[in-house]
Amino acid sequence: MFVEVVEPGLATTVQDLGRTGAYNVGIPPSGALDQRSARIANLLVGNPESAALLEAPYLAPKLTFDGPAVVAVTGATAQVLVNGEERPSWTALRVGEGDVLSLGFVTAGARVYIAIAGGIDVPAVLGSRSTYGLGGLGGHEGRTLVAGDRLPVGAPTGEHVPRELAERHRPQWSREVELRVVLGLYDYRLTDESRHLLLESDWKLTPVADRTGFRYQGPQLAFIEREQPFGAGSDPSNIVDAGYPIGSIQVPSGSEPIVLHRDAVSGGGYAQVGTVISVDLDLVGQCAPGTVTRLVPVSLDDALKARAQAREGLDEIRALLAG
Amino acid sequence: MGESRYSWGADEHLVVQIDEEMNLAANFKAMAISSALAGRGLDGIWDICPANASLLIRFDPDRLEPEVLERTVREIEAEVGQESSPSIKTRLIEVPVWYDDPYTREVGAKFRDRHQRPEGTDLEYAMAELGLASVDEFVERHSASPWIVSMVGFVAGLPFMFQMVPQERQIELPKYLRPRTETPRLTVGHGGCFACIYSVKGAGGYQMFGLTPLPIYDPAQGHEVFSESMVLFRPGDIVKFRAVEEAEFRELEAAVDRGESVYRIVDVEFELRSFLADPDAYNSDLLGALDVR
Repeated sequence: MFVEVVEPGLATTVQDLGRTGAYNVGIPPSGALDQRSARIANLLVGNPESAALLEAPYLAPKLTFDGPAVVAVTGATAQVLVNGEERPSWTALRVGEGDVLSLGFVTAGARVYIAIAGGIDVPAVLGSRSTYGLGGLGGHEGRTLVAGDRLPVGAPTGEHVPRELAERHRPQWSREVELRVVLGLYDYRLTDESRHLLLESDWKLTPVADRTGFRYQGPQLAFIEREQPFGAGSDPSNIVDAGYPIGSIQVPSGSEPIVLHRDAVSGGGYAQVGTVISVDLDLVGQCAPGTVTRLVPVSLDDALKARAQAREGLDEIRALLAG
Repeated sequence: MGESRYSWGADEHLVVQIDEEMNLAANFKAMAISSALAGRGLDGIWDICPANASLLIRFDPDRLEPEVLERTVREIEAEVGQESSPSIKTRLIEVPVWYDDPYTREVGAKFRDRHQRPEGTDLEYAMAELGLASVDEFVERHSASPWIVSMVGFVAGLPFMFQMVPQERQIELPKYLRPRTETPRLTVGHGGCFACIYSVKGAGGYQMFGLTPLPIYDPAQGHEVFSESMVLFRPGDIVKFRAVEEAEFRELEAAVDRGESVYRIVDVEFELRSFLADPDAYNSDLLGALDVR
């Protein structure tokens, strides 16, 4: 079975949960930015959670199917249409041969996920089907989709069961968010006043918000003046080039902090002052430009608790959607 | 080198800052801890990324408790610190470079408004900064001594290289004031004390000095040199640049396209203490390995 791309959308890519083991040579994890929505989309159509699906920011693709299929749309809020008729999101939908699935503009959140029973069956590269565009690797020919692409769909693993995610489990996307952050890394390089500003300011997401990173506008921050260490570069925000954690926050020259996401550059010469906890990276992936963001400091322990709590929430959904 | 600083990159990363300044001892330590940690085969480690003077570990806290990871890495660091003659088995790789080529010059000319020196080329800027009179002098300064790959990353397969000469002889240059949005693939660049080779076309802030004809990243793994990995360089590799003219650049470019064996790579052992004791003598010995192949 194939799904054909009639219109590609803005920057649609094939993603799964990402790859490991190659960040040491600059190949980032990639994978769905909002992992929870991607997992739920797969659960709805009876796929393993790690199956490959489509991630589409802001404007989703228009797709047709050359055979009957079961699909589900999750993530950002957008009107779902099959042959022009409105259908529910967060719900398994049957489509037939020649049917057209299209979506309206995203009205809340930023990225929709489209899962198809059987999963997008592109070859796995370094253990994952995720697209890493900068390296031209994985996904469909290592790139964002274009009109006319035909994507192979695997054989569904189970019978189709009508599944729908209960309303109370569906996220509510807001234009004002709080991100929990574990401070550290090179935060000792900030002045005390700037550490305070980092946590007490509203940070507005700029249009530079893609799979590599999310850039924010807000007050100017200052790093402590010093004689720069050998090899670090001349700006006080420079360090000797080092590895960048996924979710880490860097502040080049003290202005416009960047939160790196799953297609991160793996390292570089800017001091990072903290890291968004893994659970909240899903939320970052659903922030559209203009979103007002607060950074809330938490401990590693809090981050682990949030992680456990998110897993319990997902376990509940797994149980509800099982079968 | 004081005590290393351990810090959490939220719940999935541990960062070990070995030194604030770049030096070979810190880089060696990062590599040694990395390989020892990999050797432990701990369940739950996703990525071990040695960097210039630090180390980044990505892990799954559901399978590996953060305290256990930190304790293990601290143990390993203590063991590594006691080694009396640190050495690595590595490779010496020759990288042909067409210095002062027209492609990087053209791109450089497009972005003069982001450069310290609006007139001239990046190479002319470097000559002025380093007090060198000719391109030949620059080429000699850049290519006579080897460089060690101190980190691979930024983008897929991009090597950061640290010049294996005493600090006062290392090339140190600022990066562009604001990064370019364009850099030709396989540009040989320089920023701070590091050389790099841009593995893919893209943004970049390093000074541009030339081009190598030999790919260093190939996700399709077409050439035999990529049969084991789509990335040529590994941390610890030693690089020797060799100046080539346009004619040889074109020949090599065509030959590598035909799949011919044009990469010159030999296995070597690098011993840190002997190197630090007499870098020039050590280098000349080391580079002999390329001649006797």
